[in-house]
Amino acid sequence: MGLASIAIDNLLSPMVLFFLLGVLAAAARSDLSIPEAIGKAMALYLMFAIGFKGGAGVSAHGVGADLVIAMAFGGLLSFAIPVLAFALLRLTTGLSRVDAAAVAAHYGSISVVTFVAATEALKTLGISYDGYMVAVVAIMETPAIVAALWLVRWGDGNGSSSRRSGKSGLDSEALREVLFNGSVVLLMGAFFIGWITGESGLEAVAPLIVDPFKGVLCLFLLDMGLVAARGFRSARDALNLRLFLFGIYMPLIGAALATVGVAFLDMSPGSAALMVVLAASASYIAVPAAMRLTLPEARPAIYLTMSLGVTFPFNLVFGIPLYITAAGWVTG
Amino acid sequence: MQTHPKKKLELIIEKPITQRLLAILNDLDVTGYTVLPAIAGRGQDGTWEEGQITDASHMVQILCVLDEAKLEEVLSATFEALKPQIGIVYVSDVQVVRKEHF
Repeated sequence: MGLASIAIDNLLSPMVLFFLLGVLAAAARSDLSIPEAIGKAMALYLMFAIGFKGGAGVSAHGVGADLVIAMAFGGLLSFAIPVLAFALLRLTTGLSRVDAAAVAAHYGSISVVTFVAATEALKTLGISYDGYMVAVVAIMETPAIVAALWLVRWGDGNGSSSRRSGKSGLDSEALREVLFNGSVVLLMGAFFIGWITGESGLEAVAPLIVDPFKGVLCLFLLDMGLVAARGFRSARDALNLRLFLFGIYMPLIGAALATVGVAFLDMSPGSAALMVVLAASASYIAVPAAMRLTLPEARPAIYLTMSLGVTFPFNLVFGIPLYITAAGWVTG
Repeated sequence: MQTHPKKKLELIIEKPITQRLLAILNDLDVTGYTVLPAIAGRGQDGTWEEGQITDASHMVQILCVLDEAKLEEVLSATFEALKPQIGIVYVSDVQVVRKEHF
């Protein structure tokens, strides 16, 4: 299947159309909104479902060295992408060292929702992927934050800046926030429960996590469209053209790096596509909260607007078909 | 009814640092405080509101009533932690009915 065909299928999928509906409703200043508690419940549901299904997949097919290799490659990407992003931001956008490091952390980390949307796109195309990719998601959440802090400290020499208090940096509370944030705990918890209980466990909870999954994802993406468009509108003054363009080309650079890597890793086309999607995606849930604890001087209006208002819509609408096609080329 | 003068400390802070702030208040033996959600607002760093996908852009308000003798110590410690963050700190005079509570 060619890129154009995959792109049209993706664009006309209920997921993307509901996301675009959210964007249009926000642009038209409609009062449509999903109550925050329901939005958070849907996010938890998606973590639970994708984690459980991934674990059950591992139980059915077993794991080998491919799991360890995929996790190691994911971790490496999550360290390397922020360094590259930081250098590009400093060279091309004029952001301060702290702001550039915070933005870089978002691009090194991942978006679980983009991953979930990509798994549904693969399913629609009839391309299977390995359940262990859920574990790669969890591995790629954190290294980028450590890399970003290192980039700031490396520049400061002693890790302090004139505005910073002694409580910032990766202290125990920030480390707990990063390692045990609710998304990661539920995703990995459900993954291990799915792994332990296997196919019979999946059958038992299938009415909750298999059949309604796509519908819940559509509703969640409607909410994401509303949040992304409203966030972009209220904070667009924080972005200039160079930052906006970075939000488009950085995911493509991350995807290109991952595509080169998966060509040498003997991954299945579906898993390779998900690895490329993860490398291209940018965090907007776990990393922003961690940045408020570890790099409070960085301006949230910049990094949140870039990751949620620019990169997430780009990846969802245009990126996913491109990444699936690229992964298919190098693994096929 | 007789009332007694006390100081009210109000902190409007970023939600992710709530636990850090409450730990400071606990360490300083502040006898009571209340945490309230903030719905929406605007400040030097732009606008913010509930309903965002991440807690990073949420704000909360912490209220505590203190004896004047305790104020300086609590104010210094909380402000030190809040210095690099987005937020507002202010103090006002209040009257309480049960002075032994503060």
